[in-house]
Amino acid sequence: MSINPLFWPELGQLALILSLVMAALQVVIPLVGVQRGQWWLMGYARPLAVGQALFLMLSLVMLTWGFLQDDFSVAYVAANSNSQLPTPFKISAVWGAHEGSLLLWVTMLGLWGVAVALLSRSLPLDMVARVLSIMGMISVGFILFTIETSNPFERLLPSPPQDGGDLNPLLQDFGLIVHPPTLYMGYVGLSVAFAFALAALMSGRLDAAWARWSRPWTTAAWIFLTIGIALGSWWAYYELGWGGWWFWDPVENASLMPWLVATALLHSLAVTEKRGLFKSWTVLLAIFAFSLSLLGTFLVRSGVLTSVHAFASDPERGVFILALLGICVGGSLLLYALKAPTVASVGRYELVSRETFLLLNNLVLMVMALAVLTGTLYPLVYDFMGLGKLSVGAAWFNAMFVPLTVALSVLMGIGAMVRWKSDKWSRMATILWIAGITAVVFALGVSLVLSGTVKGGVLLGLAISAWLIVATLADVWKKSRGQIGRIAGLGWSYLGMVLAHVGVGITIIGVTMVANYSIEKSVRIAPGQVETLGDYQFEFVQAGTIQGPNYTSQATRFNVLKDGRVIEVLTAEKRRYHARNSIMTEAAIDASLWRDIYVSMGEPLAGGAWGMRLQVKPFMRWVWLGAIFMSLGGLLAVLDKRYRKQRHSGAKVAAKAQGAAS
Amino acid sequence: MHPQRKQRLNLILFLVAAVAIAVGLAMYSLSQNINLFQTPTQIAAGEVAPGVTIRAGGLVVDGSVERDPEGLGVTFRVTDGQAQVPMVYEGILPDLFREGQGIVALGQLNHDGVFVASEVLAKHDENYMPPEVQDALEIAQQDGKASMVEAAGATNG
Repeated sequence: MSINPLFWPELGQLALILSLVMAALQVVIPLVGVQRGQWWLMGYARPLAVGQALFLMLSLVMLTWGFLQDDFSVAYVAANSNSQLPTPFKISAVWGAHEGSLLLWVTMLGLWGVAVALLSRSLPLDMVARVLSIMGMISVGFILFTIETSNPFERLLPSPPQDGGDLNPLLQDFGLIVHPPTLYMGYVGLSVAFAFALAALMSGRLDAAWARWSRPWTTAAWIFLTIGIALGSWWAYYELGWGGWWFWDPVENASLMPWLVATALLHSLAVTEKRGLFKSWTVLLAIFAFSLSLLGTFLVRSGVLTSVHAFASDPERGVFILALLGICVGGSLLLYALKAPTVASVGRYELVSRETFLLLNNLVLMVMALAVLTGTLYPLVYDFMGLGKLSVGAAWFNAMFVPLTVALSVLMGIGAMVRWKSDKWSRMATILWIAGITAVVFALGVSLVLSGTVKGGVLLGLAISAWLIVATLADVWKKSRGQIGRIAGLGWSYLGMVLAHVGVGITIIGVTMVANYSIEKSVRIAPGQVETLGDYQFEFVQAGTIQGPNYTSQATRFNVLKDGRVIEVLTAEKRRYHARNSIMTEAAIDASLWRDIYVSMGEPLAGGAWGMRLQVKPFMRWVWLGAIFMSLGGLLAVLDKRYRKQRHSGAKVAAKAQGAAS
Repeated sequence: MHPQRKQRLNLILFLVAAVAIAVGLAMYSLSQNINLFQTPTQIAAGEVAPGVTIRAGGLVVDGSVERDPEGLGVTFRVTDGQAQVPMVYEGILPDLFREGQGIVALGQLNHDGVFVASEVLAKHDENYMPPEVQDALEIAQQDGKASMVEAAGATNG
C-alpha cells in the first residue's frame, strides 16, 4: 500500500506535531518521577526519547519525499527545488534553506536523545531521566519554533507553480550535502553535554562520575564540529572561486566560537574527572558551549548576524529565537547561580602541574572565543547604537589569533607531559630542550631552504608547530620507553590526545605556509598565451562550452607546465544555472600534499580573452589534514576502553539501585 | 594567609592582569581595524578624507562601466540616488557585478575624489542587497530628492 502523494505534507506536519507531544511528555513525566522518586515514571524517559526521534525522522522523510516527487504545491519545495535539479541535490535541498535546516536540526537533537537513551545503561535512572527531560525541553522549544514560524510543509494552494525556483547554485555541490548535517551534529551534540551539566547541577551530584559520563559525549560532538568546520572551509575554498579558505565571516565565526569553547570544555572535563577540580567552571563551559552553538545556528540562519534588516523583515522569527535563547541561557545560568556556590572543589595542585596548564589552556581558548565574539558582534552593536556601519577586518582577527595560538601551542606541548598535582621542571627539561632546539633549527632550515630569507611569521609558525609535534611525540617515546610495542598499551585516550595535538601542529604548518608562500596573479589572457607564476607556466589552450544537467558553462582549458613539461590539464568553468539565471564560478584545482594549483575564471574580455585568477598555494591540504587528525584523535578518545568497561559495571550498580528502590 | 592560598591568589591576580592587558590591546587594535561604511552622498560632500580605508557602496550606475582594453582595470560609478562616486578597480570582479547591482567596495579615496577599490564585493544572490547599500538608498530617499526607482531611471541617461 502506498501513501497518497497528495497528503504527504500533512503527514509530515502531523508527525512533527506528534513529536512535539512526545517531547513535552519527555520533559514532564521523567521529571515528575524524579520529584516523587518513582522509578516507573523515570523509566518513560527512554521510550519517549525514541518515540520523539521516530516522529521527527518520519517528518524529515516526508519532506525529502516531497522534494523527490517535485511537489511544488509545498512552498518550501517550490522555493528550493526544480524539476531539473539532479537527485542528490534534491535531497540536500531539504536542508538548503531555513525551514528544512531547522527540521534537520531538531531531528538530530532527537537522534542524540536516542543515543543517550540507548548508551546510558551505566547511568543511574534518575540521571537519565533528568538528562532526557532537559533535552526534551530544548526539543519542545525548537519544534515549536519550527511549527509556529518556519513550517516547511506549508502549501501553495490552490494554484501551485509549474516549476520550482531551484536550489541556490552555491549549494549545488557535494560539500554542501555533507557540511551542514555534520556541523549541525556538532552544534546539537553539545546539547548532551549541556543537559548532563544541568542534570548534575539539579541533582547536586557534580562529581567525577558526572565528568566521566559527560566526556565521551562532549568529545563526540566536538568531532562533528571539527569535521563540519573543516568541510565548510574546504567548500568555501573550491566553491567561492577566491581560493580563500577562511574569511572571518560571521557565519564561520559562529561555528568557530562553540568549537573553541567545546575544546576548552573537553580539557576542563578531564581535570574534573581525574582530579575533581574546576567543577563549576566545567559546568559553566558546558552552558556556554551550547549557548554559543544556539547563537551560531539561529542567528546565522535568521540572518541577524549578517544583516540587522533580516531581523526586521521577519520579526516573529527573531523574537522567538531571542526568547528561546533568553530562556535557555537565562534559565541555565540561574540554575548555575543557585546551585554552583554549594559545589566545592577539593584537591590541591602546585604551580607546575597539569591542572595549571589545563587552566591556562582554558583561559587562552576562552580569550580566543571572546575575541571572535567581539569581532563578530561589534558591528551589530555599533549599528544598533546608531553610530554607523562598519566591518571588522580579517587583519584584526589574525592579529588576535597569532599570539594566542603561539601561547596555546607552547602550553599544549608542556601540558601533555606534565604530571597531575605537582611536577618538577627538571624532570621535563631534557624533552623540552630537545623540542625547543629542534623547533628553532627546523623553522630556520625550512624557511631558508624555501625562500632564502627568514620571515618572522614563518619562523614563528613553523617553530611552534615543530615544538608541539616534537614535544608530543617525545612524550610518547618516553612513556613507551622507546619500544614501539608498548605504544598501543598507553591507552586509546592518551593516543587520541597525541593524534589531536599533532593535528593542531599540522594545521598550524598548513596555515603558516599557505599564508606566507601563496602566490597569485590576476591576468588578462587569450587562448594560446602563456603566463608564468612561480615555477609554473599556465598555457591557455582553448575556451568552449559545457552542457550540465541544469546549467550551461563557459569553460577554459589550461595546461599547467613545470620545467617545460605538462603536469596537469585544468578546466575551469563559469556556470549559468538556468532556473535562477545565476552565475557560479567553478575553480579547477590540482591538489597535492605539497601544493595546490588553483585556476578560476573571472569575466570574458574583448578578443576572446578572459580575466583569470591563477594561484599556487603550498601546503594547502595540511590545514584540513590537521582537522582530520584532530577528529581521529577524538574518535580514539571516545572509544577508550574505560568508557566501555564502565558501561558494563555501571549497569550492575544501576540495576542494584533500581532494585533497592522498588 | 595559608601559603597555598596565597599562591593561588597570586595566580589569579596574574591571570586577571593578563586578561585585562589582552582585552585592552584587543580593543585598541580593534579600533584601528574597523572599516566604516560611507554612502556616496557622504563621500561627495567631502566627509571622507583621502587615504583612509573605508567601505563604500551603492548601485552600479547603468552605462558607467568601462574596461581597460589592455589589462584588468575597470572604472565605474556607484550611486545612492543622490550622489555618484567614481571608482577604479584592478582585478577580477565578482560573478554578480553588473550594472544596476548593489555592491560594496573596500578601498581609499584618492586626491581626485576617485575611490580606488582594493576589493569589490557582490553577494551570490541576485535578490540580495547589501544592507549598507539598502540603508544608503533609504537615507537618500528620505532626503526627498530622489526615490530609488527614479534613481535607477535617472542613471540610464
